[in-house]
Amino acid sequence: LLASHRFPVSSFKLYQGDKPNFSPTRDSVELTSEQCKDFLYQMMLIRRMETRSARLYQEKKIRGFCHLYIGQEAVAVGANGSLSNSTDAVITAYRDHAWHVVRGGTVTEVVSEMMGKAIGASKGKGGSMHLYRAQSNFFGGNGIVGAQCAVGAGVALKLAYKSRANPDGVCLTLYGDGAANQGQLYEAMNIAALWKLPVIFACENNHYGMGTAVNRASAISEFHRRVDYIPGIKVDGMSVLESYEATRAAKEWCMNGNGPVCIEYNTYRYYGHSMSDPGKSYRSTDEVDSMKKTRDPIVTFQTLLVERGIITQQEAKALEDKVKAEVEKSIAESEAAPVPAPSELATDIYYGEKYAVRAVQFPLELHN
Amino acid sequence: GPVFVRDALNRAMDEELARDDRVFILGEEVALYDGAYKITKGLHLKHNTPTHERLLDTPITEAGFAGIAVGAALAGLRPVCEFMTFNFSMQAIDHVVNSAAKALYMSGGGLKCPIVFRGPNGPAAGVGAQHSQCFAAWYGSVPGLKVVAPWSSEDALGLLKAAIRDENPVVFLENELLYGEKFPLPPEAASPDFVLPIGKAKIERAGKHITITAFSKMVGHSLKAAEKLAALGIEAEVINLRSIRPLDRETIIKSVMKTGKLLSVEEGWPQHGVGAEIIASICESPAFDYLDAPLERLAGADIPMPYAKDLEDASVPQVDNIVVAVKRICGVH
Repeated sequence: LLASHRFPVSSFKLYQGDKPNFSPTRDSVELTSEQCKDFLYQMMLIRRMETRSARLYQEKKIRGFCHLYIGQEAVAVGANGSLSNSTDAVITAYRDHAWHVVRGGTVTEVVSEMMGKAIGASKGKGGSMHLYRAQSNFFGGNGIVGAQCAVGAGVALKLAYKSRANPDGVCLTLYGDGAANQGQLYEAMNIAALWKLPVIFACENNHYGMGTAVNRASAISEFHRRVDYIPGIKVDGMSVLESYEATRAAKEWCMNGNGPVCIEYNTYRYYGHSMSDPGKSYRSTDEVDSMKKTRDPIVTFQTLLVERGIITQQEAKALEDKVKAEVEKSIAESEAAPVPAPSELATDIYYGEKYAVRAVQFPLELHN
Repeated sequence: GPVFVRDALNRAMDEELARDDRVFILGEEVALYDGAYKITKGLHLKHNTPTHERLLDTPITEAGFAGIAVGAALAGLRPVCEFMTFNFSMQAIDHVVNSAAKALYMSGGGLKCPIVFRGPNGPAAGVGAQHSQCFAAWYGSVPGLKVVAPWSSEDALGLLKAAIRDENPVVFLENELLYGEKFPLPPEAASPDFVLPIGKAKIERAGKHITITAFSKMVGHSLKAAEKLAALGIEAEVINLRSIRPLDRETIIKSVMKTGKLLSVEEGWPQHGVGAEIIASICESPAFDYLDAPLERLAGADIPMPYAKDLEDASVPQVDNIVVAVKRICGVH
């Protein structure tokens, strides 16, 4: 028999809009010890992967853009904890490393992709912003702010293609507070509501769209209530338990054929927008430090588990050591891995078809 | 007997909806209104049930519904996304180029995107600059997309069915002014599995003095010009490109090696146009050594489309423009 533990959850702010019966969240969640430890492990793994990625970037082993997830770990781990990797789907924007991992990808696949290696999640052809995992319904990884919102609604259309009333699953469609002002989000919301698509419009509000604070970009900066025909839940996204319950409740709403729902995960990123942003000119060091000290998702959850006697301080330390060793092993594998073969340049342009590249360094071939 | 292009397109979708349950059609006015240009007429009555809609009317939100179509394709369905005209696809071009065309490559082969974006393209009649332009060169420049431009009813039927069955994103450029034209179908088109290969051009008229390449409405103009030229003793070979990408360079190059001359005809703008690409391809090919006249192109005038009929007619190639250009190239006065 697995030991189970009940935790109170209370951070929800519900927005009913035109759905007066919308009240899906519970006041506690029940998790086994194993689930608790797994949540802690996943958050630690993501934190370590991202921290080491920052260093790899500084060492110039990672090129281009690199958007780190540090600070936001409770959202990916908690939200995905309420979803099935086989029946539900996830799509997100460019801050996607953690999502690839929670959907069943490996740190090696993520780091190798960023290093441009053949064993990367996208064979080294996508990069940091373009991680996908089709076998667990993870649709990326989109570098165009807001574009994934409509695509996610389309994934939900597939999930409800046979029955709007009894969909096969939900699509968690993530976007940032910056993307929350893109017009096509509202186009997608409108169609999703009309067609009752099982989509969770999930805003990860980390309070800054690049360097623009939410109150400088959004006339209403409560992203769970941007439209009145879709109900919403605002939740403490720094808590893995709160994120878990909000997502469970949202999924249940969608699976009952009610159509879309919004979630705003109130979260925070410790690093800049990307590795090219020191993240200091538009917010104070005090603000970042205070967030780390008082609301860190890993520290607070670990403290709770120790207080409740679910793990010991020593076990937590051992878990952290295990995570460090795993990430170092992944980085070593990634460093040792070969770069893509030159022939990969011209594969995956058209499905199942050979492609003759045309450019100055290639001879013109008569066959396309 | 002859079949309207409109009906050939309708039949193609009707048959593919019946063949594969994953196929569905979405866009503005595709269902209850029977299609803005009546291309989807009657299909909702045949294929929609109260619990399973295969024809989905959307609001007027191209970015939203094109993105939804792409998402459905990535997730395993086979959407046909109708743009009321391709002018409005500009609202959604990010999804065509960034979401659809690049998905397979960016995912290292993990995600395919079998989708058709279709609708009328090119100059229409009397609708002014925002509703009258050709996007063949725009979409034709994008690796990962296939771009098809049918002319006849045979093209419309065989290429649209091929596009729906294709595993890749296909931009299917119809022409409003051809919808109401009739063409005979070949006997093999009677089969519900009649498809034409995407990427292969068709020699519509054989000739030995000059090669004329054209697509969509300009194929008809070129054939009419070839008739007039025949009376002057010039035998023009008219190639219906059918596919803009992949472009059937092999057929064009072989033809030019035979005729030694080339005229490209299109309604789109000249700069960076389809004709520019064809001419560059000839310059890069063995056919260059067989040329005995400068390569020429006829294109739409390098201006926004005017409204007044006389100005509009002066903005796109007419049959006589083709005749004059061919006579000049062939040195016949």
